[in-house]
Amino acid sequence: MIPNSIQSLFSNSAFKKLGSLPFVVGCLFITTLYVAVCNLAFPADSALHVSTYTVTLFGKYLCYALLALAVDLVWGYCGILSLGHGAFFALGGYAMGMYLMRQIGDRGVYGNPELPDFMVFLNWDSLPWYWAGSDSFIWMIVMVLAGPGLLAYIFGSMAFRSRVSGVYLSIMTQAVTYALMLAFFRNEMGFGGNNGLTDFKDILGFSLQSDTTRVVLFALTATFLALGFALCHFIVNSKMGRVVTAIRDSENRVRFIGYKPEHYKVWIFVVSAMLAGIAGALYVPQVGIINPGEFSPLNSIEMVVWVAIGGRGSLYGAIIGALVVSYAKTRFTAIMPEAWLYALGGLFVLVTLLLPKGIAGFVPAIADKFKANKSTKNTQSVSNKTTPEVK
Amino acid sequence: MLRTFCLVITLLMSVFSASAYSDEFETLVQQLPHKNLRNITPVLTQIAEQDNEQVRFVLTEALNGDLYYLKSNKQVVSIRKTSSGDYTATQIIGGQVLQNQSKSDMKKIKTSNSIRSEIRGLLAQIDLTHKNKNVRLGAVKQILDDPSDDSINLIKARLTQEEDADVVELIETAIAVNQLKNADDETKLATVEQLKQSLEPAVRNAMVAQINRLNEIDASELSATQKQLKNELNKAIESIKQQRSVYEFIENLFFGLSLGSVLLLAAIGLAITFGVMGVINMAHGEMIMLGAYTTYVIQQMFPQWIDYSLFIAIPAAFLVSGFVGILIERGVIRFLKGRPLETLLATFGISLILQQLVRSVFSPLNRTVAAPEWMSGSWQINPIFSITFNRLYIVIFALTVFFALLAFMKRSSLGLHVRAVAQNREMARALSVRSDRVDAITFGLGSGIAGIAGVVLSQLTNVGPNLGQSYIIDSFLVVVFGGVGNLWGTLVAAMSLGTINKFLEPVTGSVLATIIVLVGLVLFIQKRPKGLFPQKGRAAE
Repeated sequence: MIPNSIQSLFSNSAFKKLGSLPFVVGCLFITTLYVAVCNLAFPADSALHVSTYTVTLFGKYLCYALLALAVDLVWGYCGILSLGHGAFFALGGYAMGMYLMRQIGDRGVYGNPELPDFMVFLNWDSLPWYWAGSDSFIWMIVMVLAGPGLLAYIFGSMAFRSRVSGVYLSIMTQAVTYALMLAFFRNEMGFGGNNGLTDFKDILGFSLQSDTTRVVLFALTATFLALGFALCHFIVNSKMGRVVTAIRDSENRVRFIGYKPEHYKVWIFVVSAMLAGIAGALYVPQVGIINPGEFSPLNSIEMVVWVAIGGRGSLYGAIIGALVVSYAKTRFTAIMPEAWLYALGGLFVLVTLLLPKGIAGFVPAIADKFKANKSTKNTQSVSNKTTPEVK
Repeated sequence: MLRTFCLVITLLMSVFSASAYSDEFETLVQQLPHKNLRNITPVLTQIAEQDNEQVRFVLTEALNGDLYYLKSNKQVVSIRKTSSGDYTATQIIGGQVLQNQSKSDMKKIKTSNSIRSEIRGLLAQIDLTHKNKNVRLGAVKQILDDPSDDSINLIKARLTQEEDADVVELIETAIAVNQLKNADDETKLATVEQLKQSLEPAVRNAMVAQINRLNEIDASELSATQKQLKNELNKAIESIKQQRSVYEFIENLFFGLSLGSVLLLAAIGLAITFGVMGVINMAHGEMIMLGAYTTYVIQQMFPQWIDYSLFIAIPAAFLVSGFVGILIERGVIRFLKGRPLETLLATFGISLILQQLVRSVFSPLNRTVAAPEWMSGSWQINPIFSITFNRLYIVIFALTVFFALLAFMKRSSLGLHVRAVAQNREMARALSVRSDRVDAITFGLGSGIAGIAGVVLSQLTNVGPNLGQSYIIDSFLVVVFGGVGNLWGTLVAAMSLGTINKFLEPVTGSVLATIIVLVGLVLFIQKRPKGLFPQKGRAAE
């Protein structure tokens, strides 16, 4: 039983509209503050010290969380199961990687002020046209958004217009990311082939190795996650978001009413792709490498698992899912590397069979059950029919 | 006087030594260390005439300069350099292997350029008279590619004794090519006529060389014969070029069909589970992998029957993969009926578990499955076109499986039930079809066929835990491209994708060809979401 005063606080209409937003943003703010202070203010041997390794690790998780948010936006709210979101993530990452690569300047192994090492190695004498402008920070930001956005727009507008949906769409998205992976593995593509882009030195003049930069990057990631969450929250609760949810539940009915579902789908798909691109761009400076492996279909499917486990159709669920699964992966692969794939595979099966709504759906369901039981006990006269059905 | 005496002594000695050893070959080899550049040739000639399987080896070693003798006991050895820098010497007589020899303990049996060309002639002579027809063909071919006056004389002599038609034809071609190079213009003209049909690369090269020679001469100075010759040569080259391009086309087509057969085998199981049943089975690739590992295990169990183990492996793989498929259907998929995206995720989880299982049991390293004897080799149709047996068998096998499956679906009562349940489950149940049982069997069948595909793939690539993963996307695309629920569509889709890929490959390289095909497919499906042969029906969704 929740005390009446608190209940009335939550029933306040402004608060209700915000839902879990203040909570999530607050959590992110507190975590960032804690990490920043503990990493920078306390000496390394202090019990309260957070190591830079942990900062980077958590920064990585937060990037994943942003990515999961992007996947949830299209899958949870629009019913588009994209098995190719890794492609958008990686494209954003490559855009950032190109910028960082150019920042190395003449400090590379070959000391060429213009060309990255791998191009010198391949005996190229000038930058390919698509590397033009890659040394500008602004241009990088444009590319982080435009690259994934454009791909999503082209693919989405074609696929949704011809009403490719459901499983077909999933397989197509997988084919796209697979094709991109093969393409980026080629040396001739001019993105470093197999090795990808790495050996980054600094960003905007700040060394990537220094603790302060790491903490700032972490804080930026948290900020972007909070912003992303707020954006998704407002999209989902806007009028447009309502239509999008309606499309998920029955596309044909929405069409018959007079909407054009494909426009909404393309729009939400592009937004989601851009979010994924931002996640990728934040991921690369923290991890220090981007290679074609990020395009692999397995990665994209892992993202879907985060959302499935966290709870599709619930924004904070996606974040929880990404954090929990990534943390479990780190722990498992360190303790028993063999067991990780068993665990991941088992999670897929169990969650789809037993927890179709994930953690975010599971906890309220238990709470409801608990409440329902209690009320049954208290009144002892409630028949089955009047008990609210838990769905 | 003295000279005669010496000769007699030598003769006596050689007769004496011949009688002292039972084998003349050994005697001759023993003589090698005592000879110098001037008098070694007769000995080598005599060696070449011996009927001993080592003759060829000794001559080749002498040709390559690997024939030495030990300073201590004058034993003739062939030497090989080892990775540590010293030499391993193998005695020609007795075959004893001496490790860690230093070069200073040995002396080379010296040869000069003329001796080496002599040896080449001897070797060609040996091969030309060999019992095996293919060895003879090989020898003639070598002469054809790199002729000399001596070797042409050799094959001319051989022509009178040769009985095999193929060898005779090749020898005649070789002689003709030689004429084209060296004879007068009148004869050349006749030769061009004779060589017009030959596809040997050497023929074309010789013709091109002749054209170039004629081109160097000023047009006004050409004689009538030369003009005619030039004309004829141009015509002949053009006709050869045309024939070659026809065969190149056929070769690409065949490669494409064999790649298409692999795709067909990989996709046809999916055409059943995905196409007919509508179940998205992401673990399909792992069914293929299980089939490949079954082949590996069976080969390990019966290492003495490599040639026949495939015949055991095919039904075994079918059973293993089919059984696992039924387990998956009963354990997971039936609870997710009508929720395709959840099925996709759950089966993907299963695929991860199966991959890791194989990794734990067999190690993550790739395993090699031996190919049986009858799969290797090729069928040489003409000099520029041959079909390897393994590709040929795979095409035949894939088509057999396809038609067997088609017959099962169309003719058997179980096939009827499968189609009935796929079309209208409720109605089929009302007509007393046990839909649960049909589901399990259908899924088992699709998985079992994937297992058979695994047997075939084990013959083409290494068997590893990721084997299946690389085929899953291709398989899905083939099924979707062909039109879901349409077996014929799957056949057409697989074959056309394979062929397109192989025709692109020479132009773009294999990776880019795959990318182009993938992108092309994605675009095609945007245009026609229901594939090449969509199912007709009135259902909206």
